[in-house]
Amino acid sequence: MLANLDLSRFLFGRLTLDAIPYYDPILVVTFIVVAIGGIGLLSAITYYRWWGYLWHEWFTTVDHKKIGIMYMILAIVMLLRGFADAILMRTQQAIAFNGSEGFLPAHHYDQIFTAHGVIMIFFVAMPLITGIMNYVVPLQIGARDVSFPFLNNFSFWMTAGGAILIMASLFIGEFARTGWLAFPPLSGADYSPGVGVDYYIWGLQVAGVGTLLSGVNLLVTIVKMRAPGMSMMRMPIFTWSALCTNVLIVASFPVLTAVLVLLGLDRYVGTHFFTNDMGGNSMMYFNLIWIWGHPEVYILILPLFGVFSEVTSTFSGKRLFGYTSMVYALVVITILAYLVWLHHFFTMGNGASVNSFFGITTMIISIPTGVKIFNWLLTMYEGRIRFELPMMWTIAFIVTFTIGGMTGVLLAVPPVDFTVHNSLFLVAHFHNVIIGGVLFGAFAAINYWFPKAFGFKLNEFWGKVSFWTWVSGFYLAFMPLYLLGLMGVTRRLREFDDPSLQIWFVIAAAGAGLIAIGIGALLMQIYVSIRDREALADTTGDPWNGRTLEWATTSPPPHYNFAFSPMVRDIDAFTDMKRAGFSRPEKGFRSIHMPRNTGAGVILAGLSTLCGFALVWYIWWLAAVSFVGLIGYAIYHTFDYDRDYYITADEVAKTERKAASMLGAKG
Amino acid sequence: MAHSTTAKNDPHSAAQVDHDHAGHMEGGEAHATLKGYLTGFVLSVIMTAIPFWLVMARPIESSVITALLVIGFALAQIFVHMVYFLHMDSKSENGWTIMALIFTGVLVIITISGSLWVMYHLNTNMMPTSGQVMESETGLPTPAPLGGVTGGEAAGTAAEPAGQTPSAPSN
Repeated sequence: MLANLDLSRFLFGRLTLDAIPYYDPILVVTFIVVAIGGIGLLSAITYYRWWGYLWHEWFTTVDHKKIGIMYMILAIVMLLRGFADAILMRTQQAIAFNGSEGFLPAHHYDQIFTAHGVIMIFFVAMPLITGIMNYVVPLQIGARDVSFPFLNNFSFWMTAGGAILIMASLFIGEFARTGWLAFPPLSGADYSPGVGVDYYIWGLQVAGVGTLLSGVNLLVTIVKMRAPGMSMMRMPIFTWSALCTNVLIVASFPVLTAVLVLLGLDRYVGTHFFTNDMGGNSMMYFNLIWIWGHPEVYILILPLFGVFSEVTSTFSGKRLFGYTSMVYALVVITILAYLVWLHHFFTMGNGASVNSFFGITTMIISIPTGVKIFNWLLTMYEGRIRFELPMMWTIAFIVTFTIGGMTGVLLAVPPVDFTVHNSLFLVAHFHNVIIGGVLFGAFAAINYWFPKAFGFKLNEFWGKVSFWTWVSGFYLAFMPLYLLGLMGVTRRLREFDDPSLQIWFVIAAAGAGLIAIGIGALLMQIYVSIRDREALADTTGDPWNGRTLEWATTSPPPHYNFAFSPMVRDIDAFTDMKRAGFSRPEKGFRSIHMPRNTGAGVILAGLSTLCGFALVWYIWWLAAVSFVGLIGYAIYHTFDYDRDYYITADEVAKTERKAASMLGAKG
Repeated sequence: MAHSTTAKNDPHSAAQVDHDHAGHMEGGEAHATLKGYLTGFVLSVIMTAIPFWLVMARPIESSVITALLVIGFALAQIFVHMVYFLHMDSKSENGWTIMALIFTGVLVIITISGSLWVMYHLNTNMMPTSGQVMESETGLPTPAPLGGVTGGEAAGTAAEPAGQTPSAPSN
């Protein structure tokens, strides 16, 4: 019997049947629904024999366009999970009054608010921006792919691997109950002995590798692969914002990795970096994680600033107002992002001098942001504005983000922060800037570049339904939280004593319900658009009268993006080409050197994820085996010399003729 | 990985064209030479041997000066590595290398000096070095006060050593 126990401990570590949360009816029902859906999906793929197609055309692809699309799909799937958490929390808080404990036990509720934050930041917002940058940047700079196409595929699968680990925690074991940044000593081994924080650590470490590598990749791409003539100050503004974002990623994500390694050492080998005793200092964790964390919020928002700039300029039919000041504003934000981290812990015992310094730097950062807002307004001024969906999202952003920015400046004043820190005012503030900035921006980008990616526009009716429900739902859900925060209600509470507060939580829950309709309308919009793709088709490659190079190629672009690299003479390169009477070249094609697909990314990321899972559950043999396999396969992959091929000139000519006949058909 | 960014490339000499591209348009990379590596290696050995000797033989009495010298040699060696092994100079890659280096330097200085400043404050204000703080008359708990202007101010003034922050509000 004892030998039996030892064997199962060796084989499965601390993973036992008890780890499956069958005691929680919500999770059991979720599991059944997920299992039925998953089995249905897998059998459909098998029935229609899609596995080969998916593997050869998508999973192993090194094409930046397909990888970008896969990032977007990952983000939308994870948005559904993160939003399910949000709905649970809103419902819980709306009913847990007058002695009612609501329907979520504390153990479950704490996991939900942690998972909501982690998923929304790392697995919704990050894949959204990485996906958009991946898709658009090479097209905007006239390149055929990113600098390191295989690395790009590997980065995506590492991000997906991290997401899989976080999702696994839902049904196997538990997730962290610490809040989304897992502050010690609560997240240390003494107070969180379970697997939750370990899932958190390894999920983020695996995904973090992907984020860092994709940052390096895009940075090198922008620096090295611009079309001839595209000097730095002729780069499209979205590419500029992507450059700044990736500089921030490369400079800040190693800090997150390091701080999670230290926390991991505390938990796994008994070091005392952040413990309460033996000389540990948990405040160092706050300090380090916010040195990563503040740049992270600019990593999220900067690419969307770029999106709004492109959209405003295109739909106003004008060149962007103050291009140079936009660029300088981006660069200044990039530097200042590193000078404000302490405003996340004003109340932790710093002296007045420290707090004033960081309060002032925080207020200064609103100046370049204000410059950008005014530039967008002045771009619209006297423009012929077309209120298409991307432009509608942009206007909603400008209004919403300005409110969020103002509450941010309020929070930057240390005495004010002492009264509202850790309250629902803060929660309302960062949802205001992240939903109003990042999500609205992502929706603008999806509506704007979807026709480029798939060759047909998105349905406008469902887009408008989604727009109005999202925007009004956002205001309904988060404005009450500002009020509650000012009344002193702190965040992450599970039940309430004061019945007069209930009405605000009910309003907020109604807002979340409206947002649910908005998400449904978004999915409906995609479905209807695919169904009506013939009617919505874009044969021109330039459905919005665009101004930058991505619109110079067909929709969707051929595998090689551009048969000839465009010559760039202006910031709005494509507008300049159109003005100069640009016509598509019809002959003189040459064969094109392209990277070959490889399964190495899937295999390496799969091994990393397995290694992470084994480490979470203390299955040491599996961790060792998968780690050795990871290193071994990486070395093996370096000897794979069959990495590229040529698209022959004939084939290019054929593709281009087809595109030309499509253009002709339109006329 | 060597994609041609210009369309006029003859595919069969793509590497050649990319090389030209790198050489003339992007400012080029410094090329590794045996002499460079040997110089770097010898300099690194010297700059490791001298601090080692300084510590083992202790020719200088003052440990502060010894420590400063050791740190100085370490910093000098960082530069030797960057110049001879990483081939960094102000012209390589069209100045991108030096710009990245300056940016990194700025961020490292901000992060390290900022962390020292912040952690010094947090340590002096918040960490109980003896039981004294916990039993002090303010009655404040040792963890960060959870909000309230008075609590915050009390923490700022009561626990701060005198003279440390002359800019502290004194009203």
